[in-house]
Amino acid sequence: MHVLRALMRRPSAFLGLIIVVTIIVLALGAPLIAPFSPDEQLFDGLTLEGAPIPPDAVYWLGTDTLGRDVLSRLLFGARTSLLIGLVANGLAVGIGLFIGMVAGYLQGTVSNLMMRFTDLMMAFPALLLAITLAALLKPSLWIVALVIAMVNWVQVARIVFTETRGLVERDFIMAERSLGAGHARIIFRHILPHLMPTAIVWGTLGIATTVLLEATLSFLGIGVQPPEPSWGNIIFESQGYFTAAPWLVFFPGVAILLMALSFNLVGDALRDILDPTQRGRL
Amino acid sequence: MRTKWIKRAALAGFLALSPLAAHAAGDQVTVTYKDDIATLDPAIGYDWQNWSMIKSLYSRLMDYTPGTANLVPSLAESFTVAPDGLTYTFKLRSGVKFSNGREVVAGDVKYSIERAVNPKTQGPGAGFFGAIAGFDDLSGGKADGLAGIETPDAHTVIFKLSRPDATFLHVLAINFSSVVPKEAVDAAGGDFGKKPVGSGAFTLKEWVIGQRLVFEKNASYYLKDTPRIDGFTVEIGQEPLVALLRLQKGEVDIAGDGIPPAKFLEIKNGPDAADLIVDGEQLQTGYITLNTRIKPLDNVKVRQALNYAIDKDRIVKIVNGRATPANQPLPPLMPGHDANYKGYAYDVAKAKALLAEAGLPKGFSTVLYASSTDPNPRIAQALQKDFAAIGVKVEIKAIANANVIAAGGTEGQAPMIWSGGMAWIADFPDPSNFYGPILGCSGATQGGWNWSWYCNKEIDKRAVAADSMSDPAQKDARAKAWGGIFTDIMEEAPWVPVFHERRVVAKSKRMGGPGEIYIDPTRVINYDAIFVKH
Amino acid sequence: MLQLVIRRLLGAMLILLGVAAITFLLLFMLPADPAVQLAGRSATAQTVANIRHELGLDRPLIYQFLSYLGHLATGDLGRSYTQKTGVTTLIMARLPATLVLMAAGIVIEVTLGLVLGIVAAINRGGMIDRGVMMLSFVGVSAPQFVVALFLLYVFAATLGWFPMSGFGSLGHVVLPATTLGVLGAGWYARMVRSAMIDVLNQDYVRTARAKGVSEVRVILRHAVPNALLPIIAMIGIDIGQFMSGVVVVEAVYGWPGIGQLAWQAIQQVDIPIIMGVTLISALAIVAGNLVADLAAPFIDPRIRAR
Repeated sequence: MHVLRALMRRPSAFLGLIIVVTIIVLALGAPLIAPFSPDEQLFDGLTLEGAPIPPDAVYWLGTDTLGRDVLSRLLFGARTSLLIGLVANGLAVGIGLFIGMVAGYLQGTVSNLMMRFTDLMMAFPALLLAITLAALLKPSLWIVALVIAMVNWVQVARIVFTETRGLVERDFIMAERSLGAGHARIIFRHILPHLMPTAIVWGTLGIATTVLLEATLSFLGIGVQPPEPSWGNIIFESQGYFTAAPWLVFFPGVAILLMALSFNLVGDALRDILDPTQRGRL
Repeated sequence: MRTKWIKRAALAGFLALSPLAAHAAGDQVTVTYKDDIATLDPAIGYDWQNWSMIKSLYSRLMDYTPGTANLVPSLAESFTVAPDGLTYTFKLRSGVKFSNGREVVAGDVKYSIERAVNPKTQGPGAGFFGAIAGFDDLSGGKADGLAGIETPDAHTVIFKLSRPDATFLHVLAINFSSVVPKEAVDAAGGDFGKKPVGSGAFTLKEWVIGQRLVFEKNASYYLKDTPRIDGFTVEIGQEPLVALLRLQKGEVDIAGDGIPPAKFLEIKNGPDAADLIVDGEQLQTGYITLNTRIKPLDNVKVRQALNYAIDKDRIVKIVNGRATPANQPLPPLMPGHDANYKGYAYDVAKAKALLAEAGLPKGFSTVLYASSTDPNPRIAQALQKDFAAIGVKVEIKAIANANVIAAGGTEGQAPMIWSGGMAWIADFPDPSNFYGPILGCSGATQGGWNWSWYCNKEIDKRAVAADSMSDPAQKDARAKAWGGIFTDIMEEAPWVPVFHERRVVAKSKRMGGPGEIYIDPTRVINYDAIFVKH
Repeated sequence: MLQLVIRRLLGAMLILLGVAAITFLLLFMLPADPAVQLAGRSATAQTVANIRHELGLDRPLIYQFLSYLGHLATGDLGRSYTQKTGVTTLIMARLPATLVLMAAGIVIEVTLGLVLGIVAAINRGGMIDRGVMMLSFVGVSAPQFVVALFLLYVFAATLGWFPMSGFGSLGHVVLPATTLGVLGAGWYARMVRSAMIDVLNQDYVRTARAKGVSEVRVILRHAVPNALLPIIAMIGIDIGQFMSGVVVVEAVYGWPGIGQLAWQAIQQVDIPIIMGVTLISALAIVAGNLVADLAAPFIDPRIRAR
């Protein structure tokens, strides 16, 4: 509650929060709000020559190249993008926390191997790795989430590792150890709670990165499969039309930007509020 | 053959006399493409981009009259075919020189074809030469050459075939038959594709990888008044959209990738449309393969139902009308195309009835693979909508071409594949080219291209019979035989032929000549024939 | 220091070896068969088998990998399946374009970041500060392909100030480099701002001001150099980030660099090229991180959290 109040006090974070909530409400309410079915190829949705229709009274944000309503696709696409954002990033933070914490707590060969592997993953060009993985595993919504998680956990692991190392050296952990507390007890009772701020901050900031990566994969044609709309693949399907039908690129582009922006604003404020090294500075 | 040759000479003479043909020196043409030119090695290059460049860099025994599918002798001065159709004798033109200055002799022809067949070359076209005696030995690594090619003197080449092959003259006109000098291939040390030496209408002057290729006119080319431009530059890495804008400004003469769908209507309805657009038929069919070895598509009634379900006119509309609805595998320009064949017209009620007859009144679920390049995912979604109307739930997998090809060539994996973006134009204008690899039993193997896994032994026999009719006098009978083969195949509906894509090329106003030389059925762009108006 | 560098270099070698192994394994698990792809539609089964044999694809994976490493040790990245020429040649032909793009991207992000950060710091707490900070967030949150299409639409298609795509003149580099630089500019603006604010609060700056040194001089002499240090260190890490960015940026703008090469190769399953570009990128990332690590002592701990 304290955190939420602190968030509300910051204008930019407050704005971010409002956008996040709005997007979630719109995504959940898509079936009720959307004027058309997102997959329906409307007969009136194309001109006689087969060109998409610009925004008008019926199609508020215009139609796409198959005569589908862009507004409806955007609303349903919000579900896909949010879902992938939450699942993929949740997974990434989970993996990162586990590896970082275990490697940080344990000393010795296992820890070393884990961190060398993390270094290895850091050296991979993220997008190339994601593209190869996406080509290897037949693309679907869950596979895309998995691929993104496999690319994005690395940074979290690095930060968690450093923090855990710092914690392990601290007196109270040393004391617990000398009292003979089990590893599990120390990790879950003492280390994990201290890592929660980091997890929350990355859980929020990472969503922005994830949404962008999903959009990029879909933009390159290896993301979510049609006709399932995602903001990235809406742009992918119409990228050639950006001069002839700019609305097909503009609206989903702004949507992606807003979603990433809002999660970044909230995440950044959370970092300021929760990060102990930052506390007291502001 | 002889009469056509005379006709061609007459045409050339006419062009030479016409004022348009009198071009000034320094006519340089600019062509753009988005992707890299892979290789200019004629034994290896096999995509629609390098196809036309290889045509113009090298010469072959046979070639086609520009803009048509009519075969004419080219590097050969004349030829004879033995009555049994097993021996072909070619007399070479004398005085033809490679761009390295050496004269082209019969041994070069033999060397070049053996090189194309030799497994070490890693060439994709080896199979085309399967009729030449000794093919199996060379291809299987048991011999170094082809016993069936003899060169009694420097200007005579004799081919001995192990079976009659009505397409053999076409085979001698495809790029894999291009003549290359051995010394240049050896000197390039495996990089011949980047340092080509030929005896065609042009030579390669410069290649800046990833940026441009500069071609220069071969002043001593053996055909009179060919080529008609002094050179052309191919610029790489140009987005089709950008290429088109530059073309409208006059900076580019030919946009090689065609007109992007987004721009097509704007240009077509613009004031300069007639000057800028060349729109014509090509030897292409876009189809859905229905895997005859996957349930329930193994039931012919189900496949027929799917054929009735597609509203082809609407699909054509989605590609902005740049195609003609199809009802059979052969495109209209191909000999053997049956204009009277009706096929399966769009009829939802009939499709539903057939499904019910097949015991699937509620429809079924299946998967449709498609290339992930535009407009194919969109076409797949339009097809999905049509199938949904008869109760067939289709899941789309829009993935990279290579993965679609892999899925299609693995037995029991891909129930349906939309061929767009992968099934390119024919290798040569002969109906047999639409059968063997994509509908015949030989293609229905692991890694093959017969993605419906359709194999009818009876039809295979008829195909062999048709291809044995190698006497030119039997040309019409042969075309008819092939036409019958394809309409009979359609009774079993292994495909849903959707449309024949027309090729639409954008060229600058100053480029002259009939549209056919920009959408040449055997060359795509015919660099030998295009010219600049003055 | 020297010992540290040597240890890090050895570590980097091991990392590259790991990257090579994982990429190799992943690529050979792809369902697509390069031989089938190369042979085309009309090839016979015999032709496909011959091509597979000549490419060495019929040999055991471990043999193929070791032979790849053997060639790699001599600097040979193998031959492209589709282009039938050395991968080293292809990459070297395209690397300059990518380096130009990256250098221009760095110039743009540093310049933009510095200017915005300084402006924000001077106006700390005011409307301009908030506006700049919001703008930096937008920059950080904008997907590169959206930025690319937006810049193309406004500055090339509509206003016609810059060419739409291609390579060659200074005008060609502006839009792609800006697209690449926007993200980093957002981060740098924030970094510069906080570094500047710290410096401006230091006693010696206060003293200088009290002595009557002009504000411009204070900023240029004391604040900016301090803010620059962390940026220089961060550029190392940026090189790694740019390696991912160039794939998208080069695809949209038709820039003839290695990103475009990689994208084409992925479509055609041209394994030697994919391997080559991945290794070169990994090398750049490792080198960048090495630079960043060696420069770490100079970086403000708060910035390291990025």
